[in-house]
Amino acid sequence: MELTLWTYEGPPHVGAIRVAASMRDVHLVLHAPQGDTYADLLFTMIEREGRRPPVTWTTFQARDLGSSTAEMVIQTLQGACERYKPQVLLVAESCTGELIQDQPGALAKGAGLSAPIIPIEMAAYTRKENWGASETFYQLVRGLLAGRAPKPGETPPSRSPDQAPSVNLIGPTKLGFRCRDDVTEVRRLLESMGVRVNVVAPLDATPHDLLRIPEADANVNLAPEVGDLTCDWLKRQFKQPIISTVPLGWGATRDFIAEVIETLALDLDPDSVGESRLPWYSRSVDSTYLTGKRVFIFADGTHALAAARMARDEMGFEVVGLGTYSRERARDVRALATEYGLEALITDDYLAVERAVTELQPELVLGTQMERHIAKRLGIPCAVISTPAHVQDYPARYSPQMGFEGTNVIFDTWVHPLIMGLEEHLLTMFRDDFEFNDDAAPSHLGGEGGGAQQPDNVTPMTPPESGAVAWAVSAEKELRKIPFFVRGKARRNTEHFALEQGLSVIDVETLYEAKAHYSR
Amino acid sequence: MSQVIARADGDSLPEITTERGERAVFCGLTSIIWLHRRIQDAFFLVVGSRTCAHLLQSAAGVMIFAEPRFATAILGERDLAGMADCHEELDRVVSELLARRPDIRRLFLVGSCPSEVIKLDLANAAARLQGVHENRLRISAFSGSGIETTFTQGEDQCLASMVPDLPALPEGSQRLMVVGTLADIVEEQFRRHFAQFGITEVDFFPAARADDLPPVGTGTRLLLAQPYLSDTVTALTKRGAKLVSAPYPLGIEGTLAWFQAAALEWGHSAETVQEALAIPIVRAQKSLAKVRDSLQGRSVHFLPDSQLEIPLARFLRDECGMSLLEVATPYLDQTLMADELQRLGRGVSLFEGSDLDSALARVRSHRPDLTVCGMGIANPLEAEGLRTKWSIELIFTPIQGFDQVADLAGLFARPLVRERQLEVGSWS
Repeated sequence: MELTLWTYEGPPHVGAIRVAASMRDVHLVLHAPQGDTYADLLFTMIEREGRRPPVTWTTFQARDLGSSTAEMVIQTLQGACERYKPQVLLVAESCTGELIQDQPGALAKGAGLSAPIIPIEMAAYTRKENWGASETFYQLVRGLLAGRAPKPGETPPSRSPDQAPSVNLIGPTKLGFRCRDDVTEVRRLLESMGVRVNVVAPLDATPHDLLRIPEADANVNLAPEVGDLTCDWLKRQFKQPIISTVPLGWGATRDFIAEVIETLALDLDPDSVGESRLPWYSRSVDSTYLTGKRVFIFADGTHALAAARMARDEMGFEVVGLGTYSRERARDVRALATEYGLEALITDDYLAVERAVTELQPELVLGTQMERHIAKRLGIPCAVISTPAHVQDYPARYSPQMGFEGTNVIFDTWVHPLIMGLEEHLLTMFRDDFEFNDDAAPSHLGGEGGGAQQPDNVTPMTPPESGAVAWAVSAEKELRKIPFFVRGKARRNTEHFALEQGLSVIDVETLYEAKAHYSR
Repeated sequence: MSQVIARADGDSLPEITTERGERAVFCGLTSIIWLHRRIQDAFFLVVGSRTCAHLLQSAAGVMIFAEPRFATAILGERDLAGMADCHEELDRVVSELLARRPDIRRLFLVGSCPSEVIKLDLANAAARLQGVHENRLRISAFSGSGIETTFTQGEDQCLASMVPDLPALPEGSQRLMVVGTLADIVEEQFRRHFAQFGITEVDFFPAARADDLPPVGTGTRLLLAQPYLSDTVTALTKRGAKLVSAPYPLGIEGTLAWFQAAALEWGHSAETVQEALAIPIVRAQKSLAKVRDSLQGRSVHFLPDSQLEIPLARFLRDECGMSLLEVATPYLDQTLMADELQRLGRGVSLFEGSDLDSALARVRSHRPDLTVCGMGIANPLEAEGLRTKWSIELIFTPIQGFDQVADLAGLFARPLVRERQLEVGSWS
């Protein structure tokens, strides 16, 4: 039994719904009690979907238990088949369905249904949403393609020389982070390289499209949380190589281009492909204020890894914390964290993440909607880079994260919550000026954003946490002269320093001793 | 899968059709979202699965509160396989929780579908834990599982679980108990109104503090502020309380009749009440008149969801001039709805239960001006060119009483006003 306040991922059957909802002509029957249908609103409200997810639920109640739940499964399956006439019918259970052991998969196979059935075991008590999406997609692809794999010794038919090389984009789904725009961007990028996109799946694919997957030269593993298992299976069965670099960030996009060129043996200069404004924006003088900004990163595995590299190498930040809730990606994230001299935070305990942010006092948090709330409470600027996401993370405008346009979008997204370079200098120069007083918010953020940026909301003039160190009036006054956006950190550092030095009172000298001690 | 089961009481009641099939409603756990705002020192610990935790944060709009006063103890494979003793595990989790939150005065252990199916006895666990934490707080258990409760019914189970803790009302005294969660502002208004015609012996259940438990006894008169409290009423009745039959305080007519029904128990006539409340009534009429134009003559279809459908339909028809194409409710308690059913009268198509696809087919064929439905269905209907009002807002917004009448009508008017205002091409 595990005490949970908020959860980064839903249960595995929500992953199954994500796959079904991403596709066309697939229907999912879920054996689940009344109430589990809340999952519909994730799609229709958060992602503003104009159609209900293609899911029919048995919605059994107490009065059905023990007598008629198996019958309900069969009736529901038949009803769904007749009404929706899917090319493929997926059958799964939610956590409660699993407990009553009706085995809907077996029931479906015996029900004489018109559609082909693919049952999915969800393991609701050990697994989570991304695993559920990955497993569902894998079972679907395997179910459709297992009979078509070349026999041992047989080589798959090779593409005729007059056909353009092609790849599949594997993994993007509904309720993924910016999948809609990332697919468009990566498709553009590939087409500019003369590479055709054969099938995108699950997003917008039909089961018939899945049957065409083996026709491509390679699979791009665009969302490894969902696509890993399927890409590996396709590699084993159909000898399709995997392009595994996720083009998130400038360097990663260049690596991706290089990997595509190498995998498909293209005759192409990698430097001739596309361009990004990020390198110049990052080198321009206004960006010098970004140097060494302390950044905390927590996201799904893919976005955490990509963000760390971008933050350090492309924005010039200092990564002070790195973690993920994707246990499947823990090894990769740990390895990168070690390279950055950090210990990775691998957890799905939201409170542990909050503790880490509170202790580290970063200047920017890159995280999920959960971290956005943590950062808001602590008065730290934040940008959302990963699911779990909310309605505002499914914007109307085109805003990919991947490819070169993605780097432009990310540059803006990460810089926006910070005080702009010039403004930061002015605030320091004129901090005693009445118009630049501590209550003046950064001009571009309006009232609300400014309010969220005042660490004093969180660390007001209270006694220090330990209670062992007191501030002399003169030091307190001096502290007030430090710009508000670094004052919280200065206070904490000074108190920490004073404690280490065994001091009981902080005076002006202590303040500057601490400043010297922590200066980088 | 539908049949006409009742044509009750000759000519005066609506014809009721019962449907069985797919249900698109929240489970009772959703009630925690408004209950924990109402009872400000209570903590709700769901014993369930990741689905329960995910439901709560999805329905709550993802993470609004720093550290919410609800959480889920997620059952794992070890618990289910019997490798871990669920009760020991629960004791550990509760101790952990109480150490974190010394401010909590009442803990609810909330049953879920998985805990019900594995027959985890939470009432027993609550009694045991109460023994351990006797002087610290009260602990009780209720079920919010989807197999046993529909959406707002979670509140019913929660309140019913508190009834044994209510102190006894001394013989010979008479007090009014208003039952069902109301916003603080509505409670204050209602207290003033009751005082205006001379009833001051009024308690609200649940109160804002968990320790403010209203007394109950033979002198208790129950006035329901919410229509989904069947088990709570049964439990209170067993302790001697008497239910006052009334409509629900939605709309001017409903609110006035609600006050009048209570007043009668204190010997005040309907006219006395109307006179005493003349000022708020006139104010409500004025403010409603402004919104009414948007609703007059338009048609509305209620899909089954919050259990408020019947009184809301009555208000929209009688006071806003809307026509009722269909009114569906997840289940029908004829006793608690007796007065409302009389008011609704004949000629209304009333459905109990749900068969989602058939219900949606009827919506598509009726093409109502407004469909009141759950959140998961609203955007898909909008995409088909139909205006909707998602019903959970009706639960979270103060809508009861005279001074909220215009706000209530406004919730239904806004989608229609918006349709007229927007010039962005066809809605569909």
